[in-house]
This record gives sequence, structure tokens and C-alpha cells, in this order.
Amino acid sequence: MTRDEIFDKVQETLVDALGVDDDEVTPEAVLTRDLEAESIDFLDIVFKLEQAFGFKIEQGELFPDNVAQDPDYVQDGKVTPKGIATLRERLPHVDFTAFEADPQVAKVGDIFTVNALVNFVERKLSQTAGA
Amino acid sequence: MRWMWIDRILEHVPGERMVAIKGVSLSEVHLYDHFPADEGEGGRDAEPVMPASLILEGCAQTAGLLSGHMRDFKEKVLLAKIAKARLEREAAPGQTLRYTATLVRLDNAGALTTIAIDLFPEPGAPAVPIGEAEIVFSHADKNMSGIELPEENFVFGETFTTLLTSSGVTIPD
Repeated sequence: MTRDEIFDKVQETLVDALGVDDDEVTPEAVLTRDLEAESIDFLDIVFKLEQAFGFKIEQGELFPDNVAQDPDYVQDGKVTPKGIATLRERLPHVDFTAFEADPQVAKVGDIFTVNALVNFVERKLSQTAGA
Repeated sequence: MRWMWIDRILEHVPGERMVAIKGVSLSEVHLYDHFPADEGEGGRDAEPVMPASLILEGCAQTAGLLSGHMRDFKEKVLLAKIAKARLEREAAPGQTLRYTATLVRLDNAGALTTIAIDLFPEPGAPAVPIGEAEIVFSHADKNMSGIELPEENFVFGETFTTLLTSSGVTIPD
């Protein structure tokens, strides 16, 4: 499956899960800020991506859990370098460049763009193919 | 006591499907307000019909029991999102609603279900499809870190137990 084909399917999934229009789902769109996804939508998105692509996604694999609650990773409302390193390791599909410049916990949702989902699916499909 | 919006479970295939029915009755007091007669000029007669929101609650109860059964009713299965809902026809007193819930996906975090809504317009008449819904459930203890929830399972209480046992569904120990 090409990256464009993956994007089309991810776009279709987000239109379905979030009730947004096709043209709102651009590669740069942030799920929370631009597409108004709420926390519970993330669970729905995980289920719908699994259906669309036929693989299983473990909890915490696509979106992280519990990082924001760990004092080792969060101090004074900011994600620590150790926290960012952990996130980067757990979420190789996410681009942290912009977040690193201003790592406020409140902005952690901004790292989940449509592109991050496409990256995730691309990696996941290549792993499945290689297995 | 929980307000029940299903009367009986007709079929249960664990992990796959649950079918439940709800008889709409004129003794349900809310029907007198939904909708009363308008006695003003150009008014209309009363039209008691089952509120769509309560039809959705019936869908959620059916699908919630189907999901909860998979984890022996130990998880607090909360309705997280009505992803889709479509209803094409009203249900009136004397008619029966049938909800067929299908478990699409279940994991530690929650469940995705779809529900087909049918109506038996009169006794003995075949069922007519009138709508569908898609509901996402969250396993509350796995998704609400930082928020304290009571230890006891407040979701699956005695009313649900009574419904399950009176319908012949086995409750795991």
C-alpha cells in the first residue's frame, strides 16, 4: 500500500470517527486542535484504524498512556528531556521537533497530527509484511 | 436502581451478539410529555412516542451487557461515545423494539459495538428495520488514571443481574 493510499484510508477513518469533512483532514491537521478530537475519540480512532487496516493496536502503542502522571517525566507543567526521550522511544511515528521547543504538557496533544497516524500505519504495515 | 430500557434478552452469543427487546407501554409516564396535545389554535392531538434518547439507552444497555459479559462483569463498562445513530421511525405504545448488538472489537481499554434497531409494529407482525447505532464503551478503570472511582462495580448492579437471570443468561462467578 502506498503512502497516498494509507493517507486516503486514514482520512476516511477520521471523517467517520470525528464527523469532519475530507478537506479538513490535511496531513498537518492536529487531531485535537484542528479536528476537535476528544480523549474518548482516540479509543474510537484506534478501533476504526484496526478495522480499516486489519491489524491490532496495543494500548499505548499509538497514543501514550500515563506519561503525564509520572513526576519523572513531567515537572512544572513541562515534559522533561527524559519524558521526551521516553515518548520518542514509545512513539517512533511522531515528530517531536516542534514540541521540544516548547514542551508544555498542555500542548502534548499537538504532537498527534494526521501525518503521525499515517506514519504509524506505514510502520505497522511494513512490520506485518516483514514478519 | 437503574432505569432499565430493555425488558428481556432473547439471545446471547458471548463475544458476538446479544438480542434484547423492549415493549413500549403507555404506562411509562414520560410518554405523556413526549408529546402532549397542543390545545392552542391549529393544535394537534397527543402523540406519545418513545424518545429517541431512550431508544439509544436501550441500545447501550444491550451492547454494554454484551461487552461486560466478556470480562465477567468485572470491568466498569461506561458509555463513552455514540459514534453514530440513525432512527427512521417512531415507536409507539403497544409496539416492541428489538436491539441486536454486535461486538466489533474488545480490548483492555474498551469496546466498539454496533446495534441494529428493529420494530415490531403490531403483535405477530414481522420486524421492520428502523435504525442503527454505533457505540464505544470505555473500561473506566483503564482510562481514567488520576480519577478515583468506587471499587464496587456500580455499572452492573442488581437490576442488570435480575434481567440477565430472568432471561436465562448465565452470569460468570
